[in-house]
Amino acid sequence: MSEPKLRIRGLNKSFRAGKIRTQALRDITIDLGQNEFVSLVGSSGCGKSTLLSIVAGLQDPDSGDMAIDGSPIEAPGLDRGVVFQSYTLLPWLTAQRNIEFALRAAGHAAPERRRIARDHLDLVQLGHCANLYPGELSGGMKQRVAIARALSYRPKMLLMDEPFGALDALTRQQMQELLTEIWDKHRLTVLFVTHDVEEAIYLSDRIVVMGIGPGRVTATFDVPIPRPRPVEVLESGMFLDLQRKVLRAIRESSKRLEPV
Amino acid sequence: MTEVAAGERPAPARATPVLEARRRRGGSGIGRTISRASFVTVASLVFAGLGLAWWAATRFSLVQPIFLPSPASVGSRLLFLASDGTMATDLGASLYRIAIGFLIASALAIPIGVLIGTFTTWEAAIEPLVDFIRYMPVVAFVPLSILWMGTGDGQKFLIIFIGTFFQQVLMVMDNVKRVPADFIGLGRTLGLPDRKILTRIVVPCALPGIWDTLRISLGWAWTWLVLAELVAATSGLGYRITVSQRYFQTNTIIGYILLLGGLGLVTDQAMKAAEAVLFRYAKRGRS
Repeated sequence: MSEPKLRIRGLNKSFRAGKIRTQALRDITIDLGQNEFVSLVGSSGCGKSTLLSIVAGLQDPDSGDMAIDGSPIEAPGLDRGVVFQSYTLLPWLTAQRNIEFALRAAGHAAPERRRIARDHLDLVQLGHCANLYPGELSGGMKQRVAIARALSYRPKMLLMDEPFGALDALTRQQMQELLTEIWDKHRLTVLFVTHDVEEAIYLSDRIVVMGIGPGRVTATFDVPIPRPRPVEVLESGMFLDLQRKVLRAIRESSKRLEPV
Repeated sequence: MTEVAAGERPAPARATPVLEARRRRGGSGIGRTISRASFVTVASLVFAGLGLAWWAATRFSLVQPIFLPSPASVGSRLLFLASDGTMATDLGASLYRIAIGFLIASALAIPIGVLIGTFTTWEAAIEPLVDFIRYMPVVAFVPLSILWMGTGDGQKFLIIFIGTFFQQVLMVMDNVKRVPADFIGLGRTLGLPDRKILTRIVVPCALPGIWDTLRISLGWAWTWLVLAELVAATSGLGYRITVSQRYFQTNTIIGYILLLGGLGLVTDQAMKAAEAVLFRYAKRGRS
């Protein structure tokens, strides 16, 4: 692997609640290659969302370095598109306007904003919903608009924090298919947080397992399933075998290092 | 074809589940809604019932007319005051005072509330102070306000201001604090500076809540206005009530109290209607 797209080196983070200081992340070191899709999995409390939020620049680490294409990450910025679990569509703007909102922040001119927003709504198959308000969209549709918005200003990479966590099983499956389709078309580096191992395997090139107490990287799995991946791969022996291994790794790494 | 009244259902041919059966029987339960027509009917019945009780109490001389005049007497008195121009003058003076007083309070409360809801340093500087003043009874400021400003319109503005501003600031602060943290996170990931996050995300997001704050505090402003006019004024609805007390014109007093209630109801409904138009998206979101 040449120069990594995202480089995370020796990241530490702790929180203070009253007089007690808890270490949330210890010595996290991860590299993401160009156009690599990497999922972070682990039981709740392993700090995977905190890690994503630090990479997004929304929280500061205690120590450690991060860089995208070699340039250090110090603040949030347009080089990283973020998709939150809570959709974060602004309720007073239509689907179209929500995307234009981001494009405006990215400095695009008005006519260009309209065209790009339109194209990205088409990309997530919501061209017909351009003039609907978020309150009129289902959860899955809202998240599709949010993904379109995050892609619209061409960030260098996408950070996704359990984006499908609040959706029902069927919608989630459809969203995963849509995301792989988009990813096949627009190769992009993605850091994806989820607690759903099946989802992680289906989407990723590589899976990073995190353990708790403190949050740390405990195992890494390559996903050798060829792309494109039709839904049928979910039942293949290779898939199920990997799923078992990842689940076992999560189970083992959920035992705390330090006595409780 | 038989006609089915609102809120009722035609009897189904087959046995229905328990819930369906209970709904047909009518009545109210927790979380159960009634039709708009039934709602209006119940509300009107309460008004009509109270009016009838009032009429009966005076018709059968249960109370002396000097303490409780008949509805007809109050009605004709209001008509008289309306026709000779007194009511228009009183109403004009009061509306002017509440408009200016309320505008000054709101114009200051909204920016300050947004500021202390967004920046913790400003909250530390202002919130405890406002919380302290908020607990001082407005009534106690009336004598002081007269010494400071006399009995003119300025003193009315001051009382309305003291009565509404400090409440508004805290409510607007709360409206702003309810803006989801992820919305602000979104603004930051888009590289927006704080100033733009404030104007493009925080304020528009808090706007429906702020509008509600204005609607609620306008109701209080009416109370403080009338209070100020009762104590010291030479015009306005409150002034007329005080004068009428001197001449035992209970019909004027009751008429004006009803008028004030009506004004409050009308402004409240007008603001609710405006809210439905201004923040249409929020209503759609509730579906």
